Amino acid sequence: MGSFIARRLISGAVLLVVITTLAFLLLYAGGGDIARKIMGDQATQEAVAQKARELGLNRPVLSQYSDWLRHAVQGDLGVSWFNGQQVTRAVTTRLSVTLSLVIGAITVAALLAILLGVTAALRRGWADRVIQVGAVIAQAIPNFLVALFLVLVFAINLKLFRATGYVQPATNIGRWINSITLPVAALCIGSTASVTQQIRGSVIDALRQDYVRTLRARGLSFRRTIFKHVLRNAGGPALAVLAVQFVGMLGGAVIIEQVFAIPGLGQISVLATQQGDIPLVMGLVLVMAVIVVIVNLAIDLIQGWLNPKVRLR
Amino acid sequence: MSINTNALPDPVEEATDSLEPRDVPDPAVAIALAPPIPKINLFKRLLKNPMGLFAMSLLAIIVLTAVLAPLLAPADPNLASLQNVRVDPGTKGFLLGTDGAGRDVWARLLTAGRFSLAGALLAVVVAAAIGIVGGLIAGYYGGWFDNLSSWVVSLIMALPGIVILLAARAVVGPGLWTSMAIFGVLLSPAFFRLTYTAVSGVRNELYVDAARVAGLSDASIIGKHILTVVRAPVIIQSAQVFSIAVAIQSGLDFLGLGDLAIPTWGGMLNDGFQNIYLKAILILWPSLAIGLTAIGSVLLANAMRDELERSGQPVKRRAKKGETGIEREEIITHPEPITGKELGEVLLVVDNVSIGYHQSDGSIKHVVDDVNLTVRRGEVHGLIGESGSGKTQTAFSVMQLLPQGGEVTGGSITFEGEQIAQATEAQMMKLRGTKIAYIPQEPMSNLDPSFTIGSQLTEPIMLGQKLSKAEAKAKAIALLTRVGIPNPERTYAAYPHQVSGGMAQRVLIAGAVSMEPDLLIADEPTTALDVTVQAEVLDLLRELQAEYNMGMILVTHNFGVVADLCDRVSVMRNGRIVETGNAASIFADPRHEYTRMLFDAILDETSVREDYTRTASGAVAEGSQK
Repeated sequence: MGSFIARRLISGAVLLVVITTLAFLLLYAGGGDIARKIMGDQATQEAVAQKARELGLNRPVLSQYSDWLRHAVQGDLGVSWFNGQQVTRAVTTRLSVTLSLVIGAITVAALLAILLGVTAALRRGWADRVIQVGAVIAQAIPNFLVALFLVLVFAINLKLFRATGYVQPATNIGRWINSITLPVAALCIGSTASVTQQIRGSVIDALRQDYVRTLRARGLSFRRTIFKHVLRNAGGPALAVLAVQFVGMLGGAVIIEQVFAIPGLGQISVLATQQGDIPLVMGLVLVMAVIVVIVNLAIDLIQGWLNPKVRLR
Repeated sequence: MSINTNALPDPVEEATDSLEPRDVPDPAVAIALAPPIPKINLFKRLLKNPMGLFAMSLLAIIVLTAVLAPLLAPADPNLASLQNVRVDPGTKGFLLGTDGAGRDVWARLLTAGRFSLAGALLAVVVAAAIGIVGGLIAGYYGGWFDNLSSWVVSLIMALPGIVILLAARAVVGPGLWTSMAIFGVLLSPAFFRLTYTAVSGVRNELYVDAARVAGLSDASIIGKHILTVVRAPVIIQSAQVFSIAVAIQSGLDFLGLGDLAIPTWGGMLNDGFQNIYLKAILILWPSLAIGLTAIGSVLLANAMRDELERSGQPVKRRAKKGETGIEREEIITHPEPITGKELGEVLLVVDNVSIGYHQSDGSIKHVVDDVNLTVRRGEVHGLIGESGSGKTQTAFSVMQLLPQGGEVTGGSITFEGEQIAQATEAQMMKLRGTKIAYIPQEPMSNLDPSFTIGSQLTEPIMLGQKLSKAEAKAKAIALLTRVGIPNPERTYAAYPHQVSGGMAQRVLIAGAVSMEPDLLIADEPTTALDVTVQAEVLDLLRELQAEYNMGMILVTHNFGVVADLCDRVSVMRNGRIVETGNAASIFADPRHEYTRMLFDAILDETSVREDYTRTASGAVAEGSQK
């Protein structure tokens, strides 16, 4: 088990280094005259050159990168080019907001999907058909359309929720829940649909396994075989899909945060992109990659716990 | 659908454990790989499928209006007019009204379709080109390119696509075509995996080898044999990917990160969102366009998959079940011998039982007809016949564990004086395991891979005999020792994949006898085992049967096994019993031609000969010498 974790950690670290290297090279070497972009067309040649020196842009890209990496390891991701804010601070203050959305949505999606997927697999017939068609359509509709629909109906017309803004849970827990309900709903619908289909398939598959019959032949009830044995075996593949969905939600949150004016990573990403704030974009890429590596590690550990073949390999 | 490459409904990924995604083929690929590929015209069949017809019509309308936009659009889509800002739909001259800048919504919707659809198409083409070529090379040639490409795929999958697109946008600025081309690269794993799985599946097929031996070049093998296999799955995947590309393209423009000079559905949505408090209906039109396009292509993909699966089904079904035009003939019954082994009371009477399966058209297909069996305490009743003869079905019907859709359609089953053919699940639960036990054919697939052998052994004992965990464990260890497992403590703690097939079968036998049942149903208990292990397991079964004085139904296709253990034999063919009687008399005088045929088969079957010669001093020798 120890070497399993160690291998995962190493491959995660390699992934981080590769992603940041590629991102840095593309961002710093691919964008033409960065200093000119910052200073604008009106600036004199001297002023642009001065800015480039100030930001260290006149040095070779690789030495810029090694500087960045050295600082990044110490937790310093540089300073925003546009408002002088520490990138590390800008990113970490927004991280909790985005994570609360995504973790909320993935939890809701997992619970709903187990309920719907198991129902569809056991009941079959019309319940199965309704759930399947619903899942296909829910999966197809882009989540920002769902978000706009939810805003129109529940915030603007029914006035049940706030249309925009975010309240810290520390400020007021009720208003925090109110502020994230619609975004979480918009984020989780597509994932719920995917995971439901996966769980339905895995449960149907597990039900056909010989060991289910054998366990029942030894006197276990149908319900017990479902909840203990079938779900346990269907859990691995479902979890793999859930991990993919988690990464997907990080991307989905970028647009959803914009709809609900939520000050998370997504909002700052859009702003940094529009301004061409390279240090900030770089910091965001790193944070996203770190989250993805951590999530995959966690999923691998749960997989190992669920599936003895993985654990003992 | 969340907008990113990772959320792509990748059939390969979803079908399996993430850690070994390549072992299980895409269902669509698997269907395409099924040897006799029926020649079907997918397009024609889609027209007959209601969902397919709906999806294709929807997409056709959307594409047509986009193509004909210059003819249909009533005005310049970019012409802003400050006099006509946010005009209501239906106002004269403005079919769908105007947007926040006074531009005609209908004209913009039509023209935007051209760009949104073309952008999405570009992404699909780029993704398919890179993915298919990469998948072909990696799957066909393997080697370093295989390793490199699978590594690149996992790298691409590691980040949310939109984050990469945002980073690219920060460098190269806004641009519909560049961002969609980049997105195409990010989507290419979808095609890569599909092609890779399909190609590595057929690479070593005989017909591909044959083509290679015949001197065909790699290029023509790929063209002739391999591309035909991936064609259908690629079309399905394209439809899926198209819906994602439409969504992400709109998403980028909705965020205001697109090229403002080009009208797109996402851009229109952005305008509508800014005017959400003033004129919410502006959101409706682009939402409908985006939503219907996405739903249309996903429904089309589903309809195509359904049609392909359906075309694969009849082939499978025919191969699985033999003809069951059950012909009625006299059952040959041998007279009871005057002396024989002392037998106990009657345990089980299967009286005229028929078993049928509900078909999708509402009819019932019979697989077993008018079967009669009697098992007494201490008696081993062999049920012999080739696969598909209904012997296993008969065995399952006694425990009411027939596969889904199957049921006892006639006759009665009496166990220890009680009618159980129509018993409730609760009544059956009291019998299963404690009174009637079961030993399956394939030991590995009959142990739950996720739990230790110990926990699977003790779980039913604890429930059935109300034992504590420690008592159940002690009992399980004793049982494992009894069935001849050399290191019972270690096997108790092991997972099923850590023991051999022979050991696993001993574990299953231990489980079956754990609650001292009256009747043991063994379904081909030695068929899946090595020859040497077969003999040991049969010995064990014989010993246990005598020790617990159990009645036993032994399902087999092998007369050697029958000779070894059975007191009584019933020969089954096509769902009916054709000959039944005392084992010795049947061996002495097999009357039905089918019985004689099965009997002759053991002489040819080298794998059984050891068994047969080992017991040659018994009934077989006597029977065969006459």
